[in-house]
Amino acid sequence: MNLTLKIWRQKNANDKGKIVDYPISDISPDMSFLEMLDVLNQELIEKGESPVAFDHDCREGICGTCSLYINGRAHGPETKITVCQLHMRSFKDGDTIYIEPWRAEAFPVIKDLVVDRTSFDRIQQAGGFISVNTSGNTQDANAIPIKKENADKAFDAATCIGCGACVASCKNSSAMLFVSAKVSQFALLPQGQVEATDRVLNMVKQMDDEGFGNCTNTGACEVECPKGISLENIARMNREYLAASLKG
Amino acid sequence: MSILDSKIPEGPLADKWTNHKNKIDLVNPANKRLIDVIIVGTGLAGGSAAATLAELGYNVKAFCFQDSPRRAHSIAAQGGINAAKNYQGDGDSTYRLFYDTVKGGDYRSREANVYRLAEVSTNIIDQCVAQGVPFAREYGGLLDNRSFGGVLVSRTFYAKGQTGQQLLLGAYAAMNRQIGRGKIKMYTRHEMLDVVIVDGKARGIIARNLVTGEIERHSAHAVVLGTGGYGNAFYLSTYAMGSNVTAAWKAHKRGAFFANPCYTQIHPTCIPVSGDHQSKLTLMSESLRNDGRIWVPKHKKDVEAIRNGSLKPTDLAEDDRDYYLERRYPAFGNLVPRDVASRAAKERCDAGYGVNQTGEAVYLDFASAIERYGKEQAYVKGLNVDDKAIVTKLGKEVVENKYGNLFQMYEKIVDQNPYETPMMIYPAVHYTMGGLWVDYNLMTTVPGLYAIGEANFSDHGANRLGASALMQGLADGYFVLPYTIGDYLAHDIRTGEIPTDTKEFEEAEKNVRADIDKFINNKGTKSVDHFHKRLGKIMWNKCGMARNEKDLKEAITEIASLREEFYKDVFVPGTEHEYNEELAKAGRVADFLELGELFAKDALERNESAGGHFREEYQTEGGEALRVKDYQYVSAWEYKGQPSDAVHHKEPLEYKNIEVKERSYK
Repeated sequence: MNLTLKIWRQKNANDKGKIVDYPISDISPDMSFLEMLDVLNQELIEKGESPVAFDHDCREGICGTCSLYINGRAHGPETKITVCQLHMRSFKDGDTIYIEPWRAEAFPVIKDLVVDRTSFDRIQQAGGFISVNTSGNTQDANAIPIKKENADKAFDAATCIGCGACVASCKNSSAMLFVSAKVSQFALLPQGQVEATDRVLNMVKQMDDEGFGNCTNTGACEVECPKGISLENIARMNREYLAASLKG
Repeated sequence: MSILDSKIPEGPLADKWTNHKNKIDLVNPANKRLIDVIIVGTGLAGGSAAATLAELGYNVKAFCFQDSPRRAHSIAAQGGINAAKNYQGDGDSTYRLFYDTVKGGDYRSREANVYRLAEVSTNIIDQCVAQGVPFAREYGGLLDNRSFGGVLVSRTFYAKGQTGQQLLLGAYAAMNRQIGRGKIKMYTRHEMLDVVIVDGKARGIIARNLVTGEIERHSAHAVVLGTGGYGNAFYLSTYAMGSNVTAAWKAHKRGAFFANPCYTQIHPTCIPVSGDHQSKLTLMSESLRNDGRIWVPKHKKDVEAIRNGSLKPTDLAEDDRDYYLERRYPAFGNLVPRDVASRAAKERCDAGYGVNQTGEAVYLDFASAIERYGKEQAYVKGLNVDDKAIVTKLGKEVVENKYGNLFQMYEKIVDQNPYETPMMIYPAVHYTMGGLWVDYNLMTTVPGLYAIGEANFSDHGANRLGASALMQGLADGYFVLPYTIGDYLAHDIRTGEIPTDTKEFEEAEKNVRADIDKFINNKGTKSVDHFHKRLGKIMWNKCGMARNEKDLKEAITEIASLREEFYKDVFVPGTEHEYNEELAKAGRVADFLELGELFAKDALERNESAGGHFREEYQTEGGEALRVKDYQYVSAWEYKGQPSDAVHHKEPLEYKNIEVKERSYK
């Protein structure tokens, strides 16, 4: 099929950036979206032009590196997948496709479609862990039985890939779904209880310091999350936060 | 006597590690603060090592080329992690895990290392649970297990089909705790481009900041590489796009021997190649072979009908199907080790029984599992076990619970629903058992330079068993290296900070800059990918699942001439002072073009078949791998300028605690 791509080009963080049109032809519906961009980039390189920079790595939907805003939606038109899992069969011949980077104050553009998401790492560094040393002398893994239901819910929260689609989809650029996923995972496990108070207070503080917006419960994040992380986690984090604030 | 000293401790196998730990030098906590360690790579091995060394008190500088340490490709490991916990009471033990691993590796791994791995495996599970890793649990609240290929017990711990993700996020969290405390300085989007050797010891690295293009010098008292495998030499593989051999190869060029480069794992269950545009292949976890049955049609006419679409696989009668693994290997059935399953798929497809257009696919079918689980559930719930609709519905739920994310992944790529029709799969490059040669302390032949996880060669011999890579990565990083590195660093407590303004750093930086300038100013006509794809074709066709002398000799010549062409004609757009992915790729492909030749040379030298290395000249009458006693050694290659000049060293392998016999899974 033949398509018109409208791609955000921005040389570096200081450049103003603009949308540039690229016609592309002979695209197979079996290609992944990123393979379609590979084809475009090979054409640009052959012409001696600068290829479009975009983030990608595992190309199987788990590393969370890819991060494109396609026709106004994070990770494109399908739900519960990342861009690297999106295939061209989701488009039709003659389509015009807008491709932009994640837009958020806390995710500055590095180049073209590549953004800086280290703010996410800093939130995790503020409290997204259980303080246990790797001595090899912890208690036996089966010493504390955990209800399957809680273990499963903790797992569901833990499947967050840290891609940032929740932030990109939110009109307030809020990171509540991302932060609540980690807070919930540990809140649901006995191992996470000990530091629960500090964890939620520190992570939320860091989230605010990074310039992410507030949550106004629009639910856009849940809809666009490639891993289907539930809004329940935000509710759980709010409860954790309230309890921690009262204690504090 | 070999010049390679493996430093295996004396004493009975089961006591070696404990004795060794009791004897090695320690660094006191106050002195650890005076010592810097560089860790390159933040996957399971690098991430866990960084966290643990920082906890111990060392100053750690960690590097990754990704935008966050959480994105290392360990994240994509699916099926699980082995540990000899024997929670199922099915006869597992440290010895049995050791035995399975040595046998699975076709008697080409080091006994002492493998035993230690089995020994610490149980600690890993305890550690990860304490960190909040949400492993799958049973209704009683205890941990669940499943089986993997090549073993007769259930010892694999898992978190649905994304165990690697959960374990890596555990290590990432442990790292974050230390980053927050200032004990790890994290350098993301940085690529290591050389190791700096001062007075014969590894004392630092040269790295390129991938965002600004700056070339940086970083010093330390020891350098640890946890930089993964080199399967992307094949272009198409299940590795991440950025996975590369550059760090390991630069270390090799600085004196670290490269061991067994030809030992590659071709994983049997991956989604088949669909066209020339393809950039990577996707694995379908081996755990699927717990419940999926592999088959092709018995008769060629049915193969034709399936290929042209006139027959649906679900309509083919049981009697007309050839469950070839169950037929050939009744004892292990669909759970034979990966090398065996891959070769069997290739054998059927080569014979003309492949079920897709290209003739390179076999079926992985869940219909029987759905029925079996469905009946079980219907019985438990008191429903009619003969009602097909109910049984199928309940069965699908169980299967979804176990493998949901994998099924979804398959459907997104292939556009077929694997709950309704069997998956199509074919082998693909997945893991490299070869890597930098290390001694028992995980130190390479360069003092102070360590290699951990997939980057080293030590534990898997010629074939890795499923769910053992995660085990090895975390064992090395959490429980082995933190002890053994102390023995070396104990001699560095008075050294003081290593300066970076010395001639050694100067020289290394100059070389790195020269390489980059060469690419930027080359102004050739073809892209980096053009050469990478061509290298991949040579590797797959001539150094792939089956190899022979003629092909390997051709591969050596072809790769050498491709390398020459690459340097003459590669085009890298842009400049070195900016974010430039093509420039990063050019450096990686340049190193693959050297490694590929050494790979073929190693495969040619090894006149036997062992594990993932199958030489057509050496097979039994039944088509199984034929090991040759004379080759019971590790090949370690010393760099001497060109891959063709590499000098071959041997580390003989001894088996005192296990009988070396024909590896049979029948």
